[in-house]
Amino acid sequence: MPDRPTVIYCYDGTLEGLLCCIFESYERKEQPADIVTADRLQLSFYKVREIETDPAKAKRVEAGIRQKMSAESWDTVWLGWHSCHPERELLLYRFVRLGMRHGRQVLSMLADDTVSALTKAVRYLTREAHQYKQFVRFSAAGGVLTAEIEPKNDVLFLMAPHFCDRYRNNAFLIYDKTHRELLLHRPGQWAIFPAEDYIMPDVREDEQFYRALWKRFYDAIAVEGRISERRRMNHMPKRYWNHLTELDPRLPERMERPESAEKGERALLLPSEQE
Amino acid sequence: MDLFDKLEILANSAKYDVACTSSGVNRSSAGSLIGNAVSCGICHSFAADGRCISLLKVLQSNACVYNCQYCVNRVSNDIRRATFTPRELADLTIHFYQRNYIEGLFLSSAVVKSPDHTCEKMIETLRILREEYRFGGYIHAKAIPGADSLLLSRLGMLADRMSVNIELPSQKSLELLAPDKSKTAILRPMGLIREKISESKADLVRYRHAPQFAPAGQSTQMIIGATPDTDYQILNLSEALYRKYGLRRVFYSAYMPVVSSPHLPALDTKPPLLREHRLYQADWLLRFYGFTAGELLDEKHQSFNPYLDPKCNWAINHMELFPVEANKAPYELLLRVPGIGVTSAKRIVKARRVCSLDFAGLKKLGVVLKRAQYFLTCKGKAAEGVSITPDIVLRTLISERCQQLLPQEQEQLSLFTTAITREDVTQCLTGQL
Repeated sequence: MPDRPTVIYCYDGTLEGLLCCIFESYERKEQPADIVTADRLQLSFYKVREIETDPAKAKRVEAGIRQKMSAESWDTVWLGWHSCHPERELLLYRFVRLGMRHGRQVLSMLADDTVSALTKAVRYLTREAHQYKQFVRFSAAGGVLTAEIEPKNDVLFLMAPHFCDRYRNNAFLIYDKTHRELLLHRPGQWAIFPAEDYIMPDVREDEQFYRALWKRFYDAIAVEGRISERRRMNHMPKRYWNHLTELDPRLPERMERPESAEKGERALLLPSEQE
Repeated sequence: MDLFDKLEILANSAKYDVACTSSGVNRSSAGSLIGNAVSCGICHSFAADGRCISLLKVLQSNACVYNCQYCVNRVSNDIRRATFTPRELADLTIHFYQRNYIEGLFLSSAVVKSPDHTCEKMIETLRILREEYRFGGYIHAKAIPGADSLLLSRLGMLADRMSVNIELPSQKSLELLAPDKSKTAILRPMGLIREKISESKADLVRYRHAPQFAPAGQSTQMIIGATPDTDYQILNLSEALYRKYGLRRVFYSAYMPVVSSPHLPALDTKPPLLREHRLYQADWLLRFYGFTAGELLDEKHQSFNPYLDPKCNWAINHMELFPVEANKAPYELLLRVPGIGVTSAKRIVKARRVCSLDFAGLKKLGVVLKRAQYFLTCKGKAAEGVSITPDIVLRTLISERCQQLLPQEQEQLSLFTTAITREDVTQCLTGQL
């Protein structure tokens, strides 16, 4: 293929669309200078080629990656797609080209710029997913556990298996504010839906009671002679703080146990008690 | 007494027990009504002192009948006492767990009436959680020294991890500061737990659904700075505990003065946080880097160097082994280079199979070149523009925090009076050039 790029590909913003761009580049024997969606298109000297998404072509590219590079490489591509790297399309394109040339060992080429940048982006994604598994806080709203997150990467699908196992017999939902997606689960099934402008349901009366208890525990457990803001921020970055119950300054130090809490003491423990 | 007060009192009493992890066992929720366990452990929050909170760490009761000098709950201390009922504590655990505040429960207790009575109360709490609520999350239970073996066995079948706190690193200090606890009373349950764990593992080989005894293993804790024991003694003790009892972790807790006593440091003594940090660094070297306690400290050097971490200190004292070739050295030797950790060493071994590495490549792999460049060569050549002189090497190996500890006369290497002298370093390093 001639080395000098002369076109920019414009695609529809889906992973299938990106795979079609890769297909196109091999078919026409040309290298795009950039791969962008229509809203990021800017005036430039390069010719713009619109790439149509064809599921059959996308499947062929996926099969090619799995076969020539390895199933692990395909997982890396898929995770890389969900990361928030600003130039993920170009990165993935270069990675696939490298993989087609070198085969299975492309993932061991950690000193290469493309592989290194891609594995770093994937690591950032999985680290954020793990941090959200740690820091997401649920509230009881009726018989459903609800939570809200604001991640930089698209982490909902990575969090789903963990929470669907943990709360196997409960109904819960997690709302991703940044990507406007909603994860819904009830015993036996789960799915992720797009959700524009979702409003979180109201929490139960006794919810404040348990939040206040948790905050009380959190304040008591620190050893006074070892207080270190810096150490805490190292492990718990500030951007998670606005959804953390224990750092909510509005919670009271003590509360009367609401009447509904007496009756609902064992609510949410048995599936039959859910609404 | 309302629930808020109880929770505050019993959390306050439990916080000096630093064991915090929820790691060591993978379990799906398939056999439970709620809850799973993840072997890497999940830290749900971090307290204001920077320590991780992954479990609801409380005492069943802090109304102790013993009088251990160093402990805030000792019977002669004037503090508020509280007790959770088993049902109360089990319900609280479930409520917190559902909201993703915790991975499970960490249950310890002061000795109420007798060790057996205390153990029975703890067993009741765990029984409600495991059998009535069918809780599948993580439970860490402390074995009460002096309790009957049958009770401890029952506790282990309900918990994921068990631990017995050694607390004081030598028998002499134990006799002085905690006369109600004898050395045998502490080591016997540790031996029992080790036996039960290996029995349970053998049963699992034969019967796939055999019940498991403490599947996440055993751990312990030692207090640093309450007694005159040296780092060398503590490290040797840790190594022996790992070997003899198959412990997963040894925790070190810097002594926080809570009481004045003729046998303990004064109330205004600052807690030995740096010493605790060095011990954790050494502990990691023992477990993941293939070091032995004798390599890090010996009879002549009984304390850690306050300016250098144990690995760098060892490297400086063994310069005859360096530089190593990044593309050829075995994994175990790469681990010993300052600036290369377990992750970087694994990446180096993986990447060098497909292509030769240079220093730029090493940087991309995550190696801390600022330190490693003095100890490595790539393709036979040392890093460009790097001059290896004793002064420069030492300065780069000292972390920023320790640099502030150095007195202002920067040029005098004689401040390193502990493990190394100027002559040693000059000989080692100039001999290599």
